[in-house]
Parts: sequence; structure tokens; C-alpha cells
Amino acid sequence: MTSGILRSRRPIRAAEVGLGISITVAIIAIASAIPHLPWQLLKPLTSFVARYPLLNALANAAMVANFVALQCLGFIWLERKFAGWMQARVGPMHVGWKGLLQTVADAVKLLLKEDIVPTDADKPLFALAPYLVFVPSLLTFMVLPFTSAWVGYDLPLGALFVLSISTTSILGVFAAGWGSNNKYSLLGGVRAIAQLLSYDVPLILVMLSVVMLSGTMSLTGIVTQQEKLWNIAAHPLLMIPAFLIFLICTLAEVNRAPFDLPEAESELVSGFHTEYSGMRFAFFFLAEFANNFFSAGLAVTLFFGGWLGAGLPAAVWFTLKTLCVIFLMMWIRWTLPRLRIDQMMSFCWKVLVPASMALICAAAIAGVSH
Amino acid sequence: MDKPLTQSEIDTWKVPVPGGSVLLAPADRLAQWARRNSMWSLTFGLSCCAIEMMAAAAARNDLDRFGIFFRATPRQADVMIVAGWISVKMAPFIKTLYDQMPEPKYVIAMGGCASAGGPYRDSITVVKGADQFIPVDVYVYGCPPRPENLINGIIKLQDLITSEHALTRRGQPLPPRTPIVIGGE
Ligand code: SF4
Repeated sequence: MTSGILRSRRPIRAAEVGLGISITVAIIAIASAIPHLPWQLLKPLTSFVARYPLLNALANAAMVANFVALQCLGFIWLERKFAGWMQARVGPMHVGWKGLLQTVADAVKLLLKEDIVPTDADKPLFALAPYLVFVPSLLTFMVLPFTSAWVGYDLPLGALFVLSISTTSILGVFAAGWGSNNKYSLLGGVRAIAQLLSYDVPLILVMLSVVMLSGTMSLTGIVTQQEKLWNIAAHPLLMIPAFLIFLICTLAEVNRAPFDLPEAESELVSGFHTEYSGMRFAFFFLAEFANNFFSAGLAVTLFFGGWLGAGLPAAVWFTLKTLCVIFLMMWIRWTLPRLRIDQMMSFCWKVLVPASMALICAAAIAGVSH
Repeated sequence: MDKPLTQSEIDTWKVPVPGGSVLLAPADRLAQWARRNSMWSLTFGLSCCAIEMMAAAAARNDLDRFGIFFRATPRQADVMIVAGWISVKMAPFIKTLYDQMPEPKYVIAMGGCASAGGPYRDSITVVKGADQFIPVDVYVYGCPPRPENLINGIIKLQDLITSEHALTRRGQPLPPRTPIVIGGE
């Protein structure tokens, strides 16, 4: 029977990689279409809903939540497959076709697990923390423009909204670390705060330079003004370094290697969610992947022209570009080792912040000469 | 590897509706399916057998195919693979880790040492098997067991999960399980 188990020992085929990518594109495209479709089919209902602002807002929120959950199914599966390919493994294989249902099994199992609250924990804080982390990452999706039509709420101050909302998730992380009453959780929480707050500074500065060049803070506005040429091609000298800084900062924001210090297994067990089991832990997981998708989408919006592209439908273009950025992030994650905490902090304050300051000056000069 | 259904079992799922009856597959099956396909294991190795456990998770054998990956914290783990000899000093920590895992939890005793003390059976500092202080579901024989053997044990554990009642009322104790022995005739 062992020969059957070991049959999958063969080099990775390019076809398999291609297949995996196309399945994920399909999943994410379907996921992005599903919240859209009922709107076409249920015209009478939508016109009814549109009459009441509160109902409308609720429907929008349901769409976004729907999308985030569905997108995570594809994303987590892809991440595990990708990790497998990077390490000469095959990843999930036995649950569903090529392991496609793996995440479903994980989710059902997590729902049915015992829900442990430590005796000494600060119970209200402990219970609240996962939602404090999850809700901001859900809210950011409200302003992300998938297409010019499909954007939950097109805020004129979209960029500012994104930055301020995503920063509030720090509160949830610290509530988790403090509320668990566990030294590893607390250390992980403190590290997470240090990291998120410091990397927010260059992130804000970089986004500011993009905003200065576009002359608008609305995310849809930033995309439409790239109609002729994507930002990264229009000002390559400015935007390529800006994109790199943005990428590094988002990697740090979503706690991915090489910046996964808040949950460094070898030092801190599992960081701020050490004490969380079952569904509460799943919310942290979900928030992490939602954040990840969102930051990739934001990078696409700011630098790669969002949904703009020829031939394919706009939502597919957006998904494809986002997937490329996600692949870049996964590639970095599964290649690089973890940094030390002092290296991480000094890199941020001594390299990234001055560099992004210089970028702002350059953006100002470029904006004036425009 | 589902066990075949008996007619009486199918009959218990029948729900009469006007004009016939429908089968409602019980949530039990779903829970079993989820549990056996997503056994997250505790990152934790004791001695030489742990190396073989790592080999089972790495390139050639790849435990991730079965949905098994290692979580660092016991709160998020479902399976504990006791890999290696257990010294008298280590035993209380293993017991604590086991108690910290949320139900339902399973234990695989990997190798001769974790099963019964192995080559160190006569030593005063080695506990004679993990089952002295925690309930063990699968004993995998070998010194060390090859990764294939461990995977065999994991598949047998999946069968065990399929054959047990997955959902119990809150507060009701889980029914006892009979352990499985792999190899070592
Ligand atoms: S069974 Fe053999 S290989 Fe495993 S821990 Fe004991 S002595 Fe080491």
C-alpha cells in the first residue's frame, strides 16, 4: 500500500502549475461574480432595496462578507499548494479534486472544535478581540474598486479611509494579546503593535506620494486617472521604488514572512493568537487572508491601473493583476527567513521612512512640473 | 475509505415527506469527514523519532496531502504525535500539552519508545509508554518507524474517526476508543 501513497513523487509539471493558477482565477472570478449575479436576476428586489438606504447598506455589507469568505477558500488552498510546490511537495491532494475542498474541511472542523477560554483570561476582551481584528479588514473591502461599477461605497476620501480603518485592527491584536493572559500572547501582541505602527508610517507616506501625483484620494479616481498609462509606467523612476516600499510595508502589515515576528513559532509559540481555538482562531486566519488580498488589490489600484485592461472583462483584469501581486507575496514568504526584531525596526526607521520622505519630495516636484 | 452502509443505517436517515421520503445525511458524517481530513498536528518532537516525523512532513511523503500541517500551539492542534522516548521529567509537560488541546483530540504514539519504552525500557528515567498517562489511539511500531508506517497509522486514525460518533451533546463524555496497533507482529 505504500507504493500507492508514494506515487505522487515526481517533478512539478509546468502544466500543473498553470492548472492551479487557472483554477484559482476561476474561483476568484466566480466569487466576485456571485455577489454580482443576484443583482441582475433580482431586479425587482434590488429596486426595492435601493429605496431604503439602511437595507442597501446591509445588502452591500452582505456582498462584501460573502466575497471575503469565498475568496479565502481559494486563497488558502492556493497558498498551501504554492507552499508545497516551493518545497518540492504537492500540497493538499486527498480532499476533493486536487485538495480543493481542504479549506472547507478545515472550516467545518474549526466550527466543531471545543471553544476554550482560559480561566485567567479577561473574558470580554478575549471574546471581542477576533471581531476587532476581523471587522476592519472586512470594512476596507467596502472601498476597494473591483470595477468602476462594483465598489461597495466610493468614498471621496478612500485612501484615507483605508489607512485609518486598517490601523484600528491593532486594537484587536492588542486586546487578544492582553486578554489571553499568557506571556507569549502578550509579547506577540506587543511586537505586532510595534511592527504595525512603524510600518504604517512609510506606507502612509508612499500612498501620499501616489495621491499627490493623482490629485485625488478616491480609489476609483486614482484608477480612472491611469486611463492612458498605469502609474508604474507613467512615472517609472518614482513609482517603482514606491511600489517596492509599498510591497515591503504591506508584507509587514499582514504579518507574513520575512516579517512574521508577531507569530514567530520558534520564539513565541503562536504570538497573539496562542490561546485561541476553534472558530475564534478562524476569524484571525480569515482576517489575515482578507488583509492580504486587500493589500494586493490596493497595490494594483495604486500602481497597476486597477481594473483597466483590454479584451477581458474589468473584474477579471483586476483579479488577474491582484493574483500576480499575491504570487509575488507568496514567493517572498516561502523563500526568505525571518528577520530579527531589531533589524526589522531599524530597517523601517532608518531606510524606509527616509526613502519614502524623499519620494514625497520627488512626487511634489514631479507634480509641479506636470 | 468509507465503511459500507447497512440498510438499517440508511433507514434511520429517512424523513417522510408528502409523496415519498427523502434521505437526510446526518451532520455526523460531515463532521467525521471534516475531522479526518483536517488533522492539525502539534509541532512537538521528543527525540530520534521526531526526525522521521519531520521526514514524513517533508518533500517525499508530504503529510499536507492529507490536510495535516503542524501548528505550534496546542489550542489549535487536533492530533498529538508523541515521537520519541519520554523521560520522567518530560511526562508532566506532555500531559499539560495534552490537556491544553481542545476536544476532540487524538494521540499517535510513534515508535517503540512512545508505545512501550522501547530500547530504554529498563531505564529508571524513561516512562514506559505514553499510554501510562494519556490515552493513545494509534501505536506505530518501529525504531524509528519509517514515514510510510507513520502515514499508515494516520490513515488508520482517519478510519477510526470515521467509525466513531462525531457529535455528542454538550457535557456528554466522548465514547471510549479502542487503540490500533500498526506493525510489530
Ligand atoms: S523508537 Fe527508536 S528511534 Fe524512536 S525514539 Fe525510541 S529509540 Fe529513538
